[in-house]
Amino acid sequence: MIYQLNANVRNFGETISELSGVDISTCYQCGKCTAGCPVVMEMSHTPNQIMRLIQLGLKDEVLSSPTPWLCASCETCTTRCPKEVDIAKIMDTLRILALKEGYKRKEPNVVAFNKIFLDSIKNNGRLQETKLAMAFNFKTLQFFKDMMLGQKLFMKGKISFSGDAISGVDAVKAIFERSKGFLDKGER
Amino acid sequence: MAYGYYPGCSAHGTAKEYDISTRKVCVKLGIQLEDVADWNCCGASPAHATSEELSLALPLRNLALAEKQGLNSIMTTCSACYNRLKVAHETVKESPETLDRINDIVGEPYNKTLKVTHFVNFLSEEVGLEKLKEKVVKPLKDVKAACYYGCLLTRPPELVTIDADPENPTIMDGIVEALGAEAPDWSHKTECCGASLALSRTDIVVRLSGEILKAARFADADCIIVACPLCYANLDMRQSQIASRHGVDYSLPILFISELMGIALGVNYDELGIDKHMVSAANMLREKGLM
Repeated sequence: MIYQLNANVRNFGETISELSGVDISTCYQCGKCTAGCPVVMEMSHTPNQIMRLIQLGLKDEVLSSPTPWLCASCETCTTRCPKEVDIAKIMDTLRILALKEGYKRKEPNVVAFNKIFLDSIKNNGRLQETKLAMAFNFKTLQFFKDMMLGQKLFMKGKISFSGDAISGVDAVKAIFERSKGFLDKGER
Repeated sequence: MAYGYYPGCSAHGTAKEYDISTRKVCVKLGIQLEDVADWNCCGASPAHATSEELSLALPLRNLALAEKQGLNSIMTTCSACYNRLKVAHETVKESPETLDRINDIVGEPYNKTLKVTHFVNFLSEEVGLEKLKEKVVKPLKDVKAACYYGCLLTRPPELVTIDADPENPTIMDGIVEALGAEAPDWSHKTECCGASLALSRTDIVVRLSGEILKAARFADADCIIVACPLCYANLDMRQSQIASRHGVDYSLPILFISELMGIALGVNYDELGIDKHMVSAANMLREKGLM
């Protein structure tokens, strides 16, 4: 693939370093992150390729890549990097930036899951697992996903339609209101 | 003195038995647990994938509440909760500026006084393996229990420090051996099960968890021991899907470390909640003369 570099090369790398607090310039492409990544076979860009693309300032390529969304946040890359680059943290930064800037969702189910998960916490203070699974299936139009499993879990007394809530739910809501970086404007 | 206990959301749902057995085991060990009142979800992966401030503020509210309650420590049984609570604690300890910023968001001040532990290092450090050995009434003879640590108990090692070696941790192995079982060396101790992709990319979870089961079988394990509700969910609840995808039915019981302890410490099988598992452990336990 041929990439066209432009004058913004430096800027994007600096933006990512600034937002994440991680110096991306020290990556020397040894590939150890990619070698240990459990999800790499699903990725069109491997973690070390993402690092190189950031260094080259190829913002659109990076922020429209499915890679950050496939990252399972297992932190193997961060743990093994010989240059102590916190790659998992960079993946967080890329996810947040991609949402903020309205890039197309390459893994819409992951985005939907995160949103429903956080909505549950915001509204109840705790995660309500049963409702999360139901809302996720509804939102992603997979009405029968895990239905057999759900039935078995019901038999084991693990399904709850009422769910936990806390009395300090307003305090949790306030945390959501005050936290920055929470700007999902949808796809542009 | 009571130890602060943070059960986490799964303890009230898909991992009920982890909570039930932890409480039973602590009674046997003479440990008094005090729940952090009105605790909230730690935010798990979706929070840090969405907002750094949110990912620190949600766990910090729990730490502030525990402090206010007069607790000196907070122990959790979930690896993901532990990871988020510990990362938040260490982050604000390092940076007073961040502490101020997050305290403002939370609206309750956290004074960094708590000791944050996971059940596993709580057992090994606060209780101690010698005391644990003394309390064993039913040694787990001939049980080969493969200890699975997963990701968040050991990584990143600068912040999450249950074991000195993030690549080959042995802290759970020590506990399992203190109970009289054998903890085999095996290849997938710290490989990822797919974790938070459980619902959104179940195909990935089925593949990764299948690899873990295969490796445990290869090590001739009778069961896999976990210390995280998410690892448990992926390894136990997805086994029938793994069987249809890989064509191999591993039927490998996945036990929480508290359940295995409960058996060794003489808690009745019925009181541990083990019957709530998708893959039954009853046959294995019967074969070993443990029920």
